[in-house]
Amino acid sequence: MNESVLSLRNVEITYQLRSGPVPAVRGIDLDVPAGSVVGLAGESGCGKSTVGNAILRLLPEETDVTGQILMQGQDILLMKGKELRAVRWGQASIIFQGAMHSLDPVKRIDEQIAEAIQAHDAKITPKATSQRVGELLEMVRLPARRGREYPHQLSGGQKQRVMIAMALACKPALVIADEPTTALDVMVQAQVLDLLRELQAELGLAVVFITHDLSVLTEICDRIAIMYAGKLVEEGDADTIFTQPSHPYTKALGGAFPRIGNLEDRFTPAGLDGDPPLPQAMPSGCAFHPRCPVAFDRCAIEDPERFPTPTGGTAACLLLGETRSRA
Amino acid sequence: MSAVSAPTGERSARQIAWSRRLRAGKASWAIYRTSGIGLAGLAIIVAFVVIALLAPLLANKSGTLITYVAEQHQPHNAPPSLAYPFGTDHFGRSVLTQVIWGARVSLLVGAIATLGALLIGSAIGLSAGFFGGRVDGILMRLTDWFMVIPWLGLALVLAAIMGKGLVSIITVIVITSWAFPARVIRAQSWAVSSRPFVERARAIGSRDSHIIATHILPNSMPIIFTQMVITGASAIYTESLLSFLGMGDPNSVSWGTTLEDAFNQGALTAGHWWQIVFPGMCIILAILALTMIGYAFDQVLNPRLRDR
Amino acid sequence: MSEPLLEVRDLRVLFHGHKSITDSLRGTTPAAAVAVDGVNLSIAHGEILAIAGESGCGKTTLARTIMGLQTKESGAILLDGRELSTSRRDLRDHRKRVQIVFQDPAGALNPRQTIYEVIAEGIRVQKLPGDELERVAAALSQAGLRPPKAFFERFPHEVSGGQRQRVAIAAALALEPEVIVADEPVSALDASVKGEILQLLLRLRDDLGLTMVVITHDLGLAWAIADRIAVMYLGKIVELGPTEEVLTHPKHPYTEALLSVVPEAGRPQRIILTGEAPDPTRIPEGCRFNPRCPLLADEGDQPIRVRCLGESPLLRSVASGHEVACHLVD
Repeated sequence: MNESVLSLRNVEITYQLRSGPVPAVRGIDLDVPAGSVVGLAGESGCGKSTVGNAILRLLPEETDVTGQILMQGQDILLMKGKELRAVRWGQASIIFQGAMHSLDPVKRIDEQIAEAIQAHDAKITPKATSQRVGELLEMVRLPARRGREYPHQLSGGQKQRVMIAMALACKPALVIADEPTTALDVMVQAQVLDLLRELQAELGLAVVFITHDLSVLTEICDRIAIMYAGKLVEEGDADTIFTQPSHPYTKALGGAFPRIGNLEDRFTPAGLDGDPPLPQAMPSGCAFHPRCPVAFDRCAIEDPERFPTPTGGTAACLLLGETRSRA
Repeated sequence: MSAVSAPTGERSARQIAWSRRLRAGKASWAIYRTSGIGLAGLAIIVAFVVIALLAPLLANKSGTLITYVAEQHQPHNAPPSLAYPFGTDHFGRSVLTQVIWGARVSLLVGAIATLGALLIGSAIGLSAGFFGGRVDGILMRLTDWFMVIPWLGLALVLAAIMGKGLVSIITVIVITSWAFPARVIRAQSWAVSSRPFVERARAIGSRDSHIIATHILPNSMPIIFTQMVITGASAIYTESLLSFLGMGDPNSVSWGTTLEDAFNQGALTAGHWWQIVFPGMCIILAILALTMIGYAFDQVLNPRLRDR
Repeated sequence: MSEPLLEVRDLRVLFHGHKSITDSLRGTTPAAAVAVDGVNLSIAHGEILAIAGESGCGKTTLARTIMGLQTKESGAILLDGRELSTSRRDLRDHRKRVQIVFQDPAGALNPRQTIYEVIAEGIRVQKLPGDELERVAAALSQAGLRPPKAFFERFPHEVSGGQRQRVAIAAALALEPEVIVADEPVSALDASVKGEILQLLLRLRDDLGLTMVVITHDLGLAWAIADRIAVMYLGKIVELGPTEEVLTHPKHPYTEALLSVVPEAGRPQRIILTGEAPDPTRIPEGCRFNPRCPLLADEGDQPIRVRCLGESPLLRSVASGHEVACHLVD
């Protein structure tokens, strides 16, 4: 009996561009138990958005996706047509990056939410639709009458709530949130996160929260998975992953967020030299080794597999495997 | 990447600027080259230009004079043959000779008129987009005014005032063609002017004229080139039409005047198709070629069109 | 060195709306947006001041006005005691001494110029003496791009995000300024890259004695590099003081709320303000924070309520160097 609402097994994703194939995701395993919030963290080019889009098969036709993406036990990658459309929005929905700009400026809010509902239930009556729209708006703490307004009459935070309402329209079991708070001010961000947390608890949603903002993740996630250059480098409990990091990248990432109130972090900004690698110029062995402060000779040759960490997660670092004997 | 990856330390600033232009040019050409349509269009225009330049070698200029061909006893209204591949007209002039020498005028008028229109259009468009506010308001009212002038009426008036001829035609084309590119260039200039690097240029103390020359103009060149090509196509069309209607220079031959003669001599009713088709085809081909080049430019400009 | 290098006195900056046709017919004028409403600042030599706040608080407008890129309604900007006028020559001199680094390095550099030309432009425009090549190389070196000549002929889009921001900083350094205004200098960069740019800014202050004004929405950044911090809300400074003081013992309810929602601050309780910051064309009467002030909501005491609703509070000292603009803090 599979408790996970979403399971990724050895998923590899390669974009086919005119200039050649670009390996964006090079093998990722992920489990999202029902009702839990899993964070997918990483910097630009790590592949996290690609993973998010792949779950609902929203990548361009030509993209190669291998492995298994199991949604409530069924492999999405094998689905077609009607079956696939039923999954999209019915079982899992997505809140895109820059979602606020995805609203149609010439349609009223309630019409747009209604669209999402009607796309999945052709037989629903206008009255029932309108009722559901009202419910959804109340759920995201917007008065129902605001449904009659146009997008430009709403603030950034309010538009984001509308996007959340739309994502919940068909009562999905899983919501993928791709950088939902990135373009918002800290206060509005806090409001939206608060809302998400409440809704998640109330509706028993599973959420995959994709972002580069680590502080947001520790607030809302149960577990966090960190990606670098298309691979998972560490995965673990949200409470311990940054306080007791196992992978050097996790450590460096955590160090990049100064702790206010901690005198040691005054005038000592920490970061890594160099930049995250481009998919077209992937280093040999462990992709992180050129920037790693504790890399040793094998790191340039071997790409580490994932080893268990002391805090109950996994990390892909040769240093963790040092104590084991290798064949 | 390119061969210029590790320059020696001894290069001067001027060399750096030139090597940059060269690299940019090579990069643009590499993209342009991938468009079959663009290459075809370019080939056609180049062919026409070569023909125009080599006209004295290809055909006897006297062959366009009625007196000469009369003396030579050239056949009248002869259909295409080996001796006269495009046939002859009512006066016995070889249509091929007309077309070859006509290329000169048609292309030259087109080029001069386009240059004039784009000089005015760019100056106005760049300024309006950059300065904004009142300057933009005034310039755009001016542009609006010129955009709605009916060019045929203007042509007739000018012909009456200035007399027939190429100067009138060029003037008409310039006056009626600068406004549309000005609008497009203004939009681009405005977009470029809003970008942070323009504000930065102000922040370091640059003068407005310097900013327009160093920042706005180079970033607007792609649009200006495209507008040049589009305006060129319409300039050739307009010249042909005005010449056809009788406003051309009676002493020089262009594709339009060749068509004019053909019609005046009743070529259509008499069935002398070669007198109309060949000059007509040249006009169409030239316009088509320019349109194709414009299309390929778009691909160079817009990276998103490229990956398709 | 006790005299401040850069001073802002009672600065007001307005954005006037466009008069629409209905306005002309009715004889009304559209309301102006008050972006900066009476700001006073005094920045010492070699100091790093952070100006923090959310979008719309006026921090970017303030930065641009300090740069001379924005016209002011009233008030003064003084550099070394001398007031900045609108004369062309004054502006030119000012722009040599005060330079700006923008948020988005990709947008802040002309894509058609090579890195050499980007940096050389400032040198040429200000007609700085000496060998141009050497000056450009020196600026690149100072910004950490070595060997400098390897970067001369590259285009901005050919280098990484962190390197691009270094180019932008080098372009500012080439003019040998005394003050650098950095508008969100690292917000467009990846988390692991931010550190090295911040380290560079600190090094420039230590090695070259540069004074910096850093505009940011990120309080963590202020904690990492700023000596003092000014918190802005809707055009006014609501709290000002040494960074350690203000961010560990915030006195203004807005500062407290901001800190509470930032997990890195480790504050015990999250104070989530309702709604969003109001329109700068419709600034509330009295203390402009009163519609959202959590303290006011709790306050049952009538007299103070009246003050908050009717009187705009002034910045008052509560501890050495620490000033707050709030009626309820006494």
